[in-house]
Amino acid sequence: MSDFEIVTREDYSDVTFMLEVRHPQMARAAKPGQFVIVMAHAQGERIPLTIADFDRERGTITLVIQAVGKTTLEMQRDLRLGAHLHAMVGPMGVPSHLGTTSGTPRKVVCVGGGLGVAPIFPQARAHKEAGAYVIGVLGFRNRGLIFWEDKFRAVCDELIVCTDDGSAGIKGLVTAGILQAVDQHPDIDEVVAIGPPIMMKGCADTTRSLGIKTMVSLNPVMVDGTGMCGGCRVKVGESVKFACVDGPDFDGHEVDFDDLMMRLNRYKPAEKVSLLKMGEGCRMQGSPKA
Amino acid sequence: MAKKTIRTIPQARTPMPEQDPQVRVGNFDEVARGYRLRDALVEADRCLDCADQPCVRGCPVGIDIPGFIRQVAGKNFHGAYDVITRTNLLPSVCGRVCPQESQCEGVCTVGESLEPVAIGRLERFVGDMAIAQGWSNVPYIEPQPHKVAIVGSGPAGMACAADMAKAGCRVTVYEAFHEPGGVLKYGIPDFRLPNAVVDVEIDKLRQLGIRFECNTLVGRLFTLEQMLTEMGYDAVFVGTGAGYPSFMGLAGESLGGVLSANELLTRCNLMHARDFPRYDTPLQPGKRVAVIGAGNTAMDALRVSLRLGAEKVYCVYRRTANEAPARAEEIHHAQQEGVEFHWLTSPLELLGDEAHNVRAMRCERMELGEPDASGRRRPVPLAGSGFELEVDEVVFAIGTHANPIIGQTSGLKLDPRGYIAADEQGATSMVGVYAGGDIVTGAATVIKAMGAGRKAARAIKAYLGLRDTERVYGGSASAAGSPSSAQAQDQAPADTDRPFGIPRQERGFARIHIA
Repeated sequence: MSDFEIVTREDYSDVTFMLEVRHPQMARAAKPGQFVIVMAHAQGERIPLTIADFDRERGTITLVIQAVGKTTLEMQRDLRLGAHLHAMVGPMGVPSHLGTTSGTPRKVVCVGGGLGVAPIFPQARAHKEAGAYVIGVLGFRNRGLIFWEDKFRAVCDELIVCTDDGSAGIKGLVTAGILQAVDQHPDIDEVVAIGPPIMMKGCADTTRSLGIKTMVSLNPVMVDGTGMCGGCRVKVGESVKFACVDGPDFDGHEVDFDDLMMRLNRYKPAEKVSLLKMGEGCRMQGSPKA
Repeated sequence: MAKKTIRTIPQARTPMPEQDPQVRVGNFDEVARGYRLRDALVEADRCLDCADQPCVRGCPVGIDIPGFIRQVAGKNFHGAYDVITRTNLLPSVCGRVCPQESQCEGVCTVGESLEPVAIGRLERFVGDMAIAQGWSNVPYIEPQPHKVAIVGSGPAGMACAADMAKAGCRVTVYEAFHEPGGVLKYGIPDFRLPNAVVDVEIDKLRQLGIRFECNTLVGRLFTLEQMLTEMGYDAVFVGTGAGYPSFMGLAGESLGGVLSANELLTRCNLMHARDFPRYDTPLQPGKRVAVIGAGNTAMDALRVSLRLGAEKVYCVYRRTANEAPARAEEIHHAQQEGVEFHWLTSPLELLGDEAHNVRAMRCERMELGEPDASGRRRPVPLAGSGFELEVDEVVFAIGTHANPIIGQTSGLKLDPRGYIAADEQGATSMVGVYAGGDIVTGAATVIKAMGAGRKAARAIKAYLGLRDTERVYGGSASAAGSPSSAQAQDQAPADTDRPFGIPRQERGFARIHIA
């Protein structure tokens, strides 16, 4: 049994950081597209994080986290090298279907934006290993936030970097990158997109009229991650699915993203309370020195 | 002493001391305080000790009920505890949450003319005294070479684990959550079953040498097949519960403030959202809450909502109180605490505000028509009876489907509804794999799950070639063992100072079986 020790930590920017957690059993079991649920400490909440990488030899699971809420900010502050997570369970969810039915190499665009850049990596690598021609499309706000470019170059036949401000690669959203790839390759079989819901929605909208199958990985609110709470239910076509056990991968053209985004807002007010309290705690800790 | 008769026993059932409804809706402390010693003695005196003993047959695990009550009446409380724990290792849990009125108490001889003996309350009294006095019955255990895994640490898994540990097997219980206990922890709220009581009972299992491995999602971290091969388990019991909550498919179900009872209860109970922001898990409790359904889970959701500060809490159910699946006592408690019951009412759609949060639920009134397949009269809508109920939270407590993970990740045969196909003894389509509890039957009760766990344990013992007896026995009984059990035998005496996790001095009379 693992004690969830953090064996590597790297900070890619002032919001994005990487944790490599020791869990040999999970490293053996993990497949692209799966996720974990972690608790940073005993009073913490359970948050789902897509597995950004796994190393079977080192026996580790890599998570890339954006510090945006109370839990992730605390993780950024507290989870140094040698620290331990309170809990990490997984790999959860149905592994991504890599769809090499006939064994013939296919052409796949792997799109990652924001916090989706890391989890798209194992997908890109798996597609490459399965013999596909892989075009990576990565979206960042600016040059300073770019990470893992070299890792992607190693597994992608082409890599298109997009930045909002044009400080690196092409200026624009990842959808611009998809369109560039589509213009050069009329034979793309599949687009895989991971990122914020608004980005995945944009990708699905872009590819819908082009008739390119588009898979997205959803990360809605979850508690247990085993199908028990139903918090992660999403509308997919005519049916309601649980992202934790029926997904997290779904056909992007079928997902009701507006519904998903509204559901993700549910706990925003509570998150503000949490952040506020955390801020007060910090100020109180800091005051004697000030 | 003259033979007791129905005329000589105390006529009235001894009431349970309870927290005042007005006070208790403001806290999560236990509602029913438990019998005091004098209450227990008076109530024990009401048992006629009849020859027929219908209560024993009414109990899913067959506790010797007259036997333990006789001990209580004779003030031999440890003796009473010994009698109960011969068949039921969790008296504090079962005394609280069993539906006694439809089991032991429902068939009690006294109940034919008076109110039945309060068997559940007496059982709880004995269990709680054992906790307070630190009693635990760790029997002599003859170590066996067999390794048994239990998937799920809820009532079915706990019962099966205990029996297998007592039979000498090395037992590991796997749990996906970060704490063991299953529905006893995440589902049943503290005011009905304190999590501290569950923890004490789990510690007793640890004393039997059972290991608990939390944060382990069986099926995804490793499969059932791997457990039986590379991990060296001789048998596996699956008690993963029903999980997967049902919704109704109404318009507006994805609005903010609409959730399953499982989610509400898990956030509140296991994740301590009631102590937000001291704990990080949020819950955005509603001020006007509607809970759809009238089972025990619905009652829990209703009463949790009151305690979380809701001003109005409505129970919406399409039939009447007579058909409600919840225990009468739970409905009574909910009524006392101020829950408004809308019987014969069915939701039609959920209406949202501009922020996409639920603001109202449109309902219609029903009346009871002809009996349906379940034998209950079918509710029929009353034309033109539509109305809106103003709410800001809607909780669905209308049952669950089978949890799909084991089915997705193993070759285990499922029934058409997705539950694990198992015979009466819990044997599944896979040799060495047994299943029981809600994952086989669909949502039922704690005691039925425990009964299924015990039944499967008997079958597993037979499969492993272990004699099904509480008595001490020696010798290797691995005649039916597989090659993997022979391997396990080689590794068996791993820690001779703490065989099976039990310090040697606590079981000084034990003969250690060294392979």
